[in-house]
Amino acid sequence: MEATEIAEKVSSGEVSARSVVEHHIETINKIESDVNAFNLVTAEQALIDADEIDSKIASGETLGPLAGVPISIKDNLCTRGVETTCSSKILEGWKPPYNATVIEKLKEAGAVVMGKTNLDEFAMGSSTENSAFGPTRNPHNLELVPGGSSGGSAAAVAAGFSPLALGSDTGGSIRQPAALCGVVGVKPTYGRVSRYGLVAFASSLDQVGPFANTVSDAALTLEVISGHDPRDSTSIPEKPLNISEVLNQGVDGMRIGVIEELSGKGLEGISPDVSSRVEEAIKVFSNAGAIVESASVPASIYGLSAYYVIAPAEASSNLARYDGIRFGPRTEAATTAETMTATRTKGFGDEVKRRIMLGTYALSAGYYDAYYGKSQRVRTLIMNDFAKAYEKFDILISPTAPTTAFPLGDKTADPMQMYLQDVCTIPSNLAGHPAMSVPFGFGEDGMPVGIQILAPAMAEREMFQAAKVLESESGKGIE
Amino acid sequence: MNLKAVKELNSLEMDGWETVIGLEVHAELATKTKMFSSALNSFGGEPNSNTDPVSLGLPGSLPVLNEKAVELAIRVGLALNCQVQKSVFARKNYFYPDMPKAYQISQFDLPINKEGWLELPDGRRIGIERAHLEEDTGKITHVGGGGRIHEASYSLIDYNRSGVPLIEIVGAPDLRGPDDARDYVSELRSILVTIGASDGKMEEGSLRVDCNVSVRRDETEELGTRCEIKNINSLRSLGRAIEYEAKRQIEIIESGQEVEQQTRHWDEAEGRTHKLRSKEEAFDYRYFPEPDLVPVEPSEEWVKEIANSLPPLPRDRRHLLADSIGVEPTETSLIVQRNLDTFALQAISSNADKNRVLVHLENNLADGIGKLTPEAFASLTVMETNGELTATQTKTVLADLVESGGDPQEIAKSHGFESMDNSELEEIVDRIISENSDDWLSYINGDETERKKKSGFFVGLIMKETSGQADGKIVNQILSAKAEN
Repeated sequence: MEATEIAEKVSSGEVSARSVVEHHIETINKIESDVNAFNLVTAEQALIDADEIDSKIASGETLGPLAGVPISIKDNLCTRGVETTCSSKILEGWKPPYNATVIEKLKEAGAVVMGKTNLDEFAMGSSTENSAFGPTRNPHNLELVPGGSSGGSAAAVAAGFSPLALGSDTGGSIRQPAALCGVVGVKPTYGRVSRYGLVAFASSLDQVGPFANTVSDAALTLEVISGHDPRDSTSIPEKPLNISEVLNQGVDGMRIGVIEELSGKGLEGISPDVSSRVEEAIKVFSNAGAIVESASVPASIYGLSAYYVIAPAEASSNLARYDGIRFGPRTEAATTAETMTATRTKGFGDEVKRRIMLGTYALSAGYYDAYYGKSQRVRTLIMNDFAKAYEKFDILISPTAPTTAFPLGDKTADPMQMYLQDVCTIPSNLAGHPAMSVPFGFGEDGMPVGIQILAPAMAEREMFQAAKVLESESGKGIE
Repeated sequence: MNLKAVKELNSLEMDGWETVIGLEVHAELATKTKMFSSALNSFGGEPNSNTDPVSLGLPGSLPVLNEKAVELAIRVGLALNCQVQKSVFARKNYFYPDMPKAYQISQFDLPINKEGWLELPDGRRIGIERAHLEEDTGKITHVGGGGRIHEASYSLIDYNRSGVPLIEIVGAPDLRGPDDARDYVSELRSILVTIGASDGKMEEGSLRVDCNVSVRRDETEELGTRCEIKNINSLRSLGRAIEYEAKRQIEIIESGQEVEQQTRHWDEAEGRTHKLRSKEEAFDYRYFPEPDLVPVEPSEEWVKEIANSLPPLPRDRRHLLADSIGVEPTETSLIVQRNLDTFALQAISSNADKNRVLVHLENNLADGIGKLTPEAFASLTVMETNGELTATQTKTVLADLVESGGDPQEIAKSHGFESMDNSELEEIVDRIISENSDDWLSYINGDETERKKKSGFFVGLIMKETSGQADGKIVNQILSAKAEN
């Protein structure tokens, strides 16, 4: 059942929230041991929450738009009293004393949290293999990765553990796993959704967003979690989004650009499975009345390089607080400094250490201008190039990921290969623009392919209109 | 050896050398809540009671700027004649257990205030390079091993201070000795307190001073290599630390070696500085713009509004009082520091004797004015200058007025300080003259020196005769009038 349908039926009393939650717990019990989407399933609390919703409905209270809808939460979002680990040993056992703003908003809307989902440690990775608690597997094929870093959330939705999930997207961490797992994944405009309570990876790039099986469920969830939050200084002072009212307006007359630098011919490493689906998407949009042309965002090819300076730089600072002094496990040593070192050496995984070192180096005296300064200038160039492209186009499209899901262990030995998974998604983070992945058929390997729809800042509504068109035509023309 | 001797010895050894000092002063801003969260900013609470996810640096927490802290920072900037500008917060990264995020949110290349000056009481202007906003750290107490970090068996951390808003005021190297440095800090503290930006309490750590010291030979332009001294907790230790450090550096240079750029720690008990770290060991703070905050762009109207709300500053008050008395501002600085200038002006406008106002406020009212009113003070000074009261009697009456208020005339009467009737006094003068006719002749005919000598002689006798009730000035007037006749 779709989230919208669940909410309707729960609100009208047609089905109980408890039965909805029980059904999803059953599914979890059946296949979670294979998928490993969760770090923690909070089934007991979910049932308590469901009962509370049912009793409210029995007493005639009006509930929010997500009444009784199960949702899975990426384990880098703070949940009060519930362990929040970022899939890192360094946060093992840490229970935040507060909820992230998005959690508060979801609860207010009546959603029921099913558990905390697995991720690449501190959201650093593209396969959910860099987890202290073991990798998550792709529900479509357990030998393959679900993508990452929000692989647990994507897999939870794809496996039917919950119709909705929240993830975070710093360089593609919602969109790429959405593509690889065949679900919808949205990275909103930077500042559209509060980051308060999202454990920071790279503050200027991080953004919370939804996963769902359908475009309209994703829209509804984004409506619920968006809006200004005075606790996040980078939050945009805007009212929550209303997407539903325009969702079915189609793309007739819309100008759609295909980013040549990130698609087919323009970029090495895009698999034929993926580029053929992009071609198909172009046809769908054209048939729906859109004007589809090739678009150019020249600086986007430098996105990956700039990202791998800016994100680690911010991460090196954001992750400095994990020193074993105030929370998390501590490895005692002779002096305070040695205790900090020992704690961090033991607590962080390889990829996290790699990025902390990279970022520390990039910010060092004498190197700042050459690395961090230059990367910020590239970021400006990318923004300018997007701005130019959006003079001609309403939205842009590209593949979400260069390939379909790949086997576990395939890229773990070669970080650069892994980093390339985000080549198409990173530019939106650098620009702060919204982008989403919509499942659009399958490759010859039988694995899902996602199309990325990109829009200018604050233009989520147009982005969703196009996504809806693509979704309604997905599956057609596939054997 | 007494203090004065030590001072002379020091200046002797420092002959031919000039000490150059630049101070970095941290002041805690007097806000209700912390710089980036709603936890309370208050001193002396139960450890870790004034904390929240933000001031503990918990994962997922985000800073939100306290508008009041910005307003107070702008007040400081304006009071120090700085340019208030668009500013950007930056992260200063280093590991220390009292710093929960392992970075301090500070300002780096774009501070909120830049390029101002502060005027010392003697009129010299000391440059202010910048005055920027940043957050305070927690406080560590080392337990065991006499409180020293290396010998401690464990340490306790109190994060109540973590996230308290600070303004760091970076002064130019325009100060030239311990007295300058103390005057500067006194003046700065006085400004901060006056404008309500900080309580300025050094003993509670709400005002802290780091001191950069270098020396150079007289008549040279180039600055010497400096050392930064930390852990200065009072004006007294500021002076001592500078004297010690300057001497240390001079000795190094005179022995043919070079001063190494270092951060040094002042040890109050030992009366010396210790090396903390050299330039090579200095931290690389890896500053970068704080991505969790947006730039601060105070509108022109807001800055103007703040400027208009500033009270008169110590400098203006010094000048105002000095002008109304007719002295130099250096002479009124102590009164302004003691916050007695308004009182002084009120007394003056009640027709007080201006100079006596100055003298009494400086010398006899150091512990405050108590129940003394400007009007009573004014009439007391008039009584004194009219000769109704002697200087000693005035002091007694003044002390009573401070203690319990009242009317100076009444108090003088109750002490029996009634000034002598002039005719009564003249009779006594006549008698004394006739009893000492030789001396009187010398008084009349002698040269100036002789006359002075004899006048002292006569005044002494007359005072003795009147048991000190007579006013010396008036006695002198009578004597010279009689000599003319």
